[in-house]
Amino acid sequence: MTDAIRIKAPLTDDDVLKLKIGDSVLITGKIYTARDAAHKRLFELAQKGEKLPIELKGNVIYYAGPAPTKPGYIIGPAGPTTSGRCDPYTPTLLAHGLKGMIGKGVRSKEVRDAMQKYKAVYFTATGGAAALISKNIKAVKIVAYEDLGPEAIRELEVDNFPVIVANDAFGGDLYQEGIKKYKR
Amino acid sequence: MREVSSQVIVDTVARLCMEANYYLGDDVIKAFEQGLQKEESPTGKDILNQLLKNAQIAKNENIPICQDCGFAVVFLDLGTDACVKGNIIEAVNEGVRKGYTEGYLRKSIVSDPIRGKNTGDNTPAIIHTTFIPGDKIKITVAPKGGGSENMSEVRMGKPADGIEGVKTFVIDRVLRSSANPCPPIVVGVGIGGTFEYVAFLAKKALLRNVGERHPDPFYADVEKELLQSINNLGIGPMGLGGRITALDVFIETHPRHIASFPVAVNINCHVARHKSAVI
Repeated sequence: MTDAIRIKAPLTDDDVLKLKIGDSVLITGKIYTARDAAHKRLFELAQKGEKLPIELKGNVIYYAGPAPTKPGYIIGPAGPTTSGRCDPYTPTLLAHGLKGMIGKGVRSKEVRDAMQKYKAVYFTATGGAAALISKNIKAVKIVAYEDLGPEAIRELEVDNFPVIVANDAFGGDLYQEGIKKYKR
Repeated sequence: MREVSSQVIVDTVARLCMEANYYLGDDVIKAFEQGLQKEESPTGKDILNQLLKNAQIAKNENIPICQDCGFAVVFLDLGTDACVKGNIIEAVNEGVRKGYTEGYLRKSIVSDPIRGKNTGDNTPAIIHTTFIPGDKIKITVAPKGGGSENMSEVRMGKPADGIEGVKTFVIDRVLRSSANPCPPIVVGVGIGGTFEYVAFLAKKALLRNVGERHPDPFYADVEKELLQSINNLGIGPMGLGGRITALDVFIETHPRHIASFPVAVNINCHVARHKSAVI
C-alpha cells in the first residue's frame, strides 16, 4: 500500500469527492464506533428529532465492537463487523450529515443511493485482522451507551488507520467490480 | 471406570478457549502463504499479508486474532469408561466463563434471543456430546464468529438433486455470501441425516485441518472440485475481487431417509479456529 491517500477525520465533502473505489486510504483523526444496537438508538432519536449523543456532521462511524482491553493496552483487538446489519438505519444517519463509514461486507441499494445523494464514502477494513488494526488506535473513550458493553459508542483517535474505498459517492461498488474482474 | 475431576474439565476448556482465540492453526497459516502465491489481485495479496501479520501479533502478544471471539462451540467425545465427577455441562460452562474472562476475550452471547442482555461471560456454550470407546475424554473448542455463521443455510432438497444439486447449492450459498463472511472462507458441508443433524455435520466438518481430505475418494474429489469452483467465482479476500475465496471445503455425510435429501452449508471465516485436548 505504497500509494495510499492520507485523509483527516472528520471529513469534508471535498475529501469524500476525491475518493474512488479501490483507493487505499490512511485515516488519521477522530472516528466513532457503533454497531447495529447503537445504530437503532441513534436512528430512533433522529426520527423523533431529538439530540444525538454524538455529532454526525462530517464524522466517520466504524462498525466495530472491540475485545476487552488487556492491562497495558489502549484497546483490545478491534476489527470491523458486518456493515449490512446497520443498513436499515444508515440512510437516516447520512441525511443527518454522516460522511464516512468503515466496516466489512456489502451495502444495500438504499445505502448506496443515499451515499450518492448525501455525498458519503464507505471504506472496508480487513475483517479478522483485529490485532493488527488495533495498533493504529491511539486513544479510546466511551461516549455513549455504556450499557451496551462491546457495542457502546466509543470515540477513537486513529493514526494512519488502513482502509480501502469499497463504495464511493459516485455509485461505484468495488465488490461488484472485483468479482467482474476476477470471475472465471 | 476411570474417574476424571470436573476441575480438569474446567481448566482444559478455559485453556482451549484462549489458545483457539490467540493461536491460529499452522494449517490456516500455511494456506494463507500458499494463497499468496496464487492470488492475482494486488489488494487480495495485501489482505493475505495483513492476515499473516495479524496472526503473528496475536500469537506473540496472547491477544485475540479477531475481536469476535465467537460462540464457544464445544465438542465432547466421552469415553464410555471415563466418568466425570460432578456436572460436566456446568464444568464446560465454568471453563468458558474462566477462559473468556481471564483471557480478555469478547463476550458476545445474549441471554434470550428476543428480550435478552449480554450474559457477560460468553456462556452458555453450545455443547455437542458423542460417546467413544475407551476411558479418555476428547475436548474440542471451536469458537464460531457471527458474521460467517450468518451466511450458513440448511436446505431440504429432493433425492433427485444428487451430488450435482449439492454442488449447485454450495456454490450459490458462497456466491450469495459474497464479502460478508470474511473470505477467504472455509466451507463445511453436511449431506444426509435429518434437518437438525445435517447442520451438525456441516459444523463438524469445520473441525478438519485445511488440506485434510475426506477418506472416501468420491467425496474427496467433490471437495477438490468445489474448492476449485468457489475460487473461480472471483470473490477474493474480503470480497474485493481475487482468486482466493476459500481455503478449503469439507464434506461430512450420514445415511438419509428415502424421502429426504438434507444439505447444510456452514461457513467459517478465515479465522478458522479449533483446539483440542485429550484427557
